[in-house]
Amino acid sequence: MKAVEVNALRKVYGKEKTLAVDEVSFEVNEGEIFGLIGPDGAGKTSIFRMLTTLLLPDGGNAKVCGLDVVKEYKKIRTMVGYMPGKFSLYPDLTVEENLHFFATVFGTSVQENYHLIEAIYVQLAPFKDRRAGKLSGGMKQKLALCCALIHQPKVLFLDEPTTGVDPVSRKEFWEMLKKLKQEGISILVSTPYMDEAAMCDRIGLIQGGKLLSVDLPSQLIQKFPHNVFAVKADNMYQLIQSLQANALVKDVYAFGEYAHLIPNNSALTTSDLLHEMDKLNLQNSSASPTQATIEDCFIQLLH
Amino acid sequence: MKQFMSFVTKEFYHVLRDRKTLFILFGMPVVQILIFGFALTTEVKNSKIVVLNMAHDQSSRLLIDQIEASAYFETSRELNSFSQVEEEFKRGEIRLALVIPANFEQNMRRGEQVKLQLINDASDPNTATTLGNYMGFILADFQRMHFPTAPLPMQIVSEIKMLYNPQLKGAPNFVPGVMAMVLMLICVMMTSVAIVREKETGTMEILLVSPFKPILVIFSKAFPYLLLSLVNVSSILLLSVFVLNLPINGSLFLLYAMSTLFIITCLSIGILISVRTNSQQVAMLISLMGMLLPALLFSGFMFPIENMPIPLQVISNIVPAKWYYIIVKAVMIKGLGFMSIWKEAAILLLMTFVLLGISLKKFKIRLA
Repeated sequence: MKAVEVNALRKVYGKEKTLAVDEVSFEVNEGEIFGLIGPDGAGKTSIFRMLTTLLLPDGGNAKVCGLDVVKEYKKIRTMVGYMPGKFSLYPDLTVEENLHFFATVFGTSVQENYHLIEAIYVQLAPFKDRRAGKLSGGMKQKLALCCALIHQPKVLFLDEPTTGVDPVSRKEFWEMLKKLKQEGISILVSTPYMDEAAMCDRIGLIQGGKLLSVDLPSQLIQKFPHNVFAVKADNMYQLIQSLQANALVKDVYAFGEYAHLIPNNSALTTSDLLHEMDKLNLQNSSASPTQATIEDCFIQLLH
Repeated sequence: MKQFMSFVTKEFYHVLRDRKTLFILFGMPVVQILIFGFALTTEVKNSKIVVLNMAHDQSSRLLIDQIEASAYFETSRELNSFSQVEEEFKRGEIRLALVIPANFEQNMRRGEQVKLQLINDASDPNTATTLGNYMGFILADFQRMHFPTAPLPMQIVSEIKMLYNPQLKGAPNFVPGVMAMVLMLICVMMTSVAIVREKETGTMEILLVSPFKPILVIFSKAFPYLLLSLVNVSSILLLSVFVLNLPINGSLFLLYAMSTLFIITCLSIGILISVRTNSQQVAMLISLMGMLLPALLFSGFMFPIENMPIPLQVISNIVPAKWYYIIVKAVMIKGLGFMSIWKEAAILLLMTFVLLGISLKKFKIRLA
């Protein structure tokens, strides 16, 4: 049985019939971390809400743990853990009170499933008497994860769990997800950060409500059909502007301190490129071939 | 049950940790009772009057003393002529003038008809009538005390008995009114915000994706406010007994039972508002606008419902405060039993069931 099966799922909002989710289909295997990667407004949250039975789909169907999200919503609600994108615990309750409350709501106790949250909770323990509203961003997310885990869900839905969290906490958070995966929990996670995609077992790139591709992160990169060059000069703006106009160049875009360049012809060599850049009269210009990243794949899928 | 208790505990934390809410919850009833008890009273006390004493005999002195001894009047001065009376009224400092005729004592002793004149400032007709009545009582008292044999040859004295409220105190009227108003406002406002707050903070999203039942949320949201409101009922009753000297004539148990019923009715209104709205501000506005005015207008506490046009009288029937006001007046002041208020109680019970039914039906089990 698949943890999640999504079949041509559609969601339309408002009178203008804005298509938020457009015929999306994918599957999440048991014990897998599946990442939905895409920019804000891509439709990630809508998919999460339909899968957690909070919204009714306007087309297609979906199953969680083999249960239909529309007809068998009550059963699904006892089996899944959900962490919404917005911090959604009681800010006026302490860390401990929040945890105990959610444990009882699910008909369990903190002691019963403590082994699941132990690794995370030890970090929270020093603050257990602090009100949840007064925690730092990373701590809030850890508490929210604890609360979503406390009833030992079969599938965990995490909607942008690392948005607004510092890089160290983000790394810790992903390490925790890997541990949970070993406990046999299937995880569907969304994120706007491309670097987090590599931590997933499989990823789906999503944009404008459409699922563009589903693959292993490594496969996605391997299947990338273009060469990528990292180019640099003192005046980056001028470099990108002039190269964009060049007939040899398919695409060029800023990428950290470099710009990534995709040539029109895969036969283009570094020296060809350097020769071309010399004509531009730019100071300290350099170019070297580089490995494509998921972000490159994503950008090329969009173009 | 464990879920329910945990939910209730959580709700208590919410209320007790929010100082502003707590202040409104417990401060408002006390402030209202004190304001209505001492400032907004319709009772007329310490009204300034003048006396034009043309008798200057012992009996007239006694009468004036007796008038002054009452809490209602304060004689500012004694006058010598009618023209002065008019001047006093024109200055607007007095509400009433009493004219004692010459040979007052002599005529009283002879058992002759003695005519005293009361001149009232009727620009405020209610006050004028009330003052006239007060003065009438004092005069009758005076007559009974000092001239018990006076009704000779024959004098018809109308004996008015003020039922339930012989001293014509204002408190009996407003305590039930304030109770109805305060409970209605507080219960509706507090609960109307309770569920909406979960929607606003996003915790509803998590609660929905859990095995809880809507009925559990509704009951556990209402329960803490029921307890807190009963505390309020007690504080209002304590204030009215010990500060306003208004005794509870009927059964205390019945009074509490009926208050509990009314509180539950109000909580149901709050829950319905909560279920149907999406922001705390809207919920607050609806409960303020939708509850305060009807509670004031249609409970019969400020304005007699019998005087209203028929359509408004009909509308007043759907205001729970009206029925509770009738119940409290009956139990607390008239000291009546359950048999005389069972109809009102049944109406409140019916309202509660209807409101809770609608709330449960309209409770959104999904987000949109």
